[in-house]
Amino acid sequence: MLEALSYEFVQNALIAGLLVSLASGIIGSLIVVNRMVFLAGGIAHTAYGGIGMAVYFGLPIFLGASLFAVMASLIIAFITLTHRNRMDTFIGLMWAVGMALGVILIDLTPGYNVDLMSYLFGSILAVSREDLYYMGGLLGVIIFIITFWYRDILAVSYDSEYATLRGINVKFFYTLILMLSALTVVVAIKVVGLILVIALLTIPVYIAEKLSNTLYMMMILSGIFSSIFTLCGLGFSYTFDIASGASIILISALSLFIFLLFSRLRTL
Amino acid sequence: MSIIQIKNLSFAYEKQKILDNINLDIEERDFLAIIGPNGGGKSTLLKLILGMNSIQKGSITTFGEKPKKNLSKIGYVPQNTNVNTDFPIKVIEVVLMGHIGTKRPLFGYAKEETMCAMGALTQVGMKEFAQKKIGELSGGQRQRVMIARALCAHPQILILDEPTSSIDVDGQKQIYQLLQLLNKTITIIVVSHDISVVLEFANKVVHINKRLIYHHLTQEEKAELNQADHFCEVNFFNRLKG
Repeated sequence: MLEALSYEFVQNALIAGLLVSLASGIIGSLIVVNRMVFLAGGIAHTAYGGIGMAVYFGLPIFLGASLFAVMASLIIAFITLTHRNRMDTFIGLMWAVGMALGVILIDLTPGYNVDLMSYLFGSILAVSREDLYYMGGLLGVIIFIITFWYRDILAVSYDSEYATLRGINVKFFYTLILMLSALTVVVAIKVVGLILVIALLTIPVYIAEKLSNTLYMMMILSGIFSSIFTLCGLGFSYTFDIASGASIILISALSLFIFLLFSRLRTL
Repeated sequence: MSIIQIKNLSFAYEKQKILDNINLDIEERDFLAIIGPNGGGKSTLLKLILGMNSIQKGSITTFGEKPKKNLSKIGYVPQNTNVNTDFPIKVIEVVLMGHIGTKRPLFGYAKEETMCAMGALTQVGMKEFAQKKIGELSGGQRQRVMIARALCAHPQILILDEPTSSIDVDGQKQIYQLLQLLNKTITIIVVSHDISVVLEFANKVVHINKRLIYHHLTQEEKAELNQADHFCEVNFFNRLKG
C-alpha cells in the first residue's frame, strides 16, 4: 500500500480528502446545529444543474457548480426567511429541477459524455492540482469567516430570535451559512459525490456533537473524525478495489454505529 | 414619567384582531404582571414592546422613544428555554450573547464582557455552572441562565414571557424571589399563568384578552390573597371585571 503514496494522483486524493474533511467538519457542524440538513441536500442536488451547465458551456466544473450552488443557496435562504411553512415543497422542487437540468444539459453536450456516476458518487482519484488550490482556498475562507464572526454565528445558530434583539443581522448570517454550505457541498461532491455528501456532512458531526461542550470544539472534532473516516475509506477502497466515496461513507456509518453502541453500554 | 407608554394600541394578524385599543403606562420599578388566557394577546404585546412586530395602530414608546431605539435597555427572557438542549454551548457562552457588543474585540469576547457575564451568573446564583453544557441543566437552572443573559446588558426593564411554565413549584418560587430582588433596581414585566404566585410579588396586574383590564392591588387585597389557602382564579377575574 505504501508504494501507492508515490503516485501523484494518490497524493492529491489524500490532500483533497483532508481539506474537504476539515471544511465539511466545520460547515457540517453549522448545518446540523441549524437544522439545515435537508437544505444542504437540496443545494447538493441542485448543484448538479451547475455541473451540467459547466459541461455544456465548457467552463471549469468547480466554477459552474459553485455559481449554481450559491444561487440555489440564495434562493433557499430567501424562501426560508419569507415562506418558512412552504419551505420543504420549494426545496424538493429545486432538488428535482436542478438534477433534471443537469441531465439534459449533459445529454445535449456534443462529443464525449461525462460520466454521470463520478458526480453522483465522487471521483477523488481524479482530483487535479487546481482542484486542490480551490479546496485549500475555500477552507481558508471558511476558517477566516468563522473565526472573525464566531460570536455572531453562534448567537444566530443558538437563538436567532434573541440574536435579532441584540442587533445582529440574522438574515445576513443565515444566508452566509447557507452560501458557505453550498461551496462546501460542491467540493465535497468531488470526494464522495452529491448523493453521499449529506452523510459526510452529518455522521462525523453527529458523533462530535455528543462529545463537545462548545461549537468550536464540535467543529474541530468533526474535522478530525471526518479526516480519519476519509483516510480509512480511501485505504479500504485502494486495498479492496472498491468505490472510494461509498467506502468513506460506510466506514463513517460503521464508526457511528460502534460509537452509539459504546455510549449505550457506558450508560447501562 | 412612565418608562413605557402604550396608547390606543390595536394589532391584528391578517384579519383576526389580537389586541384592541390597549392603553397602559408602566412606571419605573414597577413589577407588572400580565395575565390572561392563551391566545389573548399577551405575547403579541411583548413582541410589540420589543419591536419584534411592527405597530399597526396606536403607539408604544419606551423611554419616550420608538421601541427599536432602546432595545439595549430592555432585557428579555423568552418563553421556552427547553429548545435546542442538544446544542453544544456552555452556560457562560449563552450569557455572553446578552451583550450588545459595542466594545467588542476583533476576535471572541472582551475581558470586561466575560467578567460582566460572570457577574450576572453570580447574581442569579449560577456561577458554579458557568462551564457546564446548557443541556445538562434543569429547567429552572436554565431559566436562571436566561435571566442572567438578559441582565448582561444592564437593562432598566426586564421582560419575561411565562418564566416558570416548565419549572416545578419550588423552582417557581425561587425564580420569583430572584425577580423580587432584581426589582429593587429594575422594572419587571412578567407574563404568566401562575396567577397566585404572580400576585404575591407584582404591584400591578393587568388582564389581557384582546382588551386590557387594569388593576391596582390594594394592600388589603394582597393580604387577603396571601391568607387564602386556596386561591380561586374565577373570583379574582370577577373582581377585575367589577
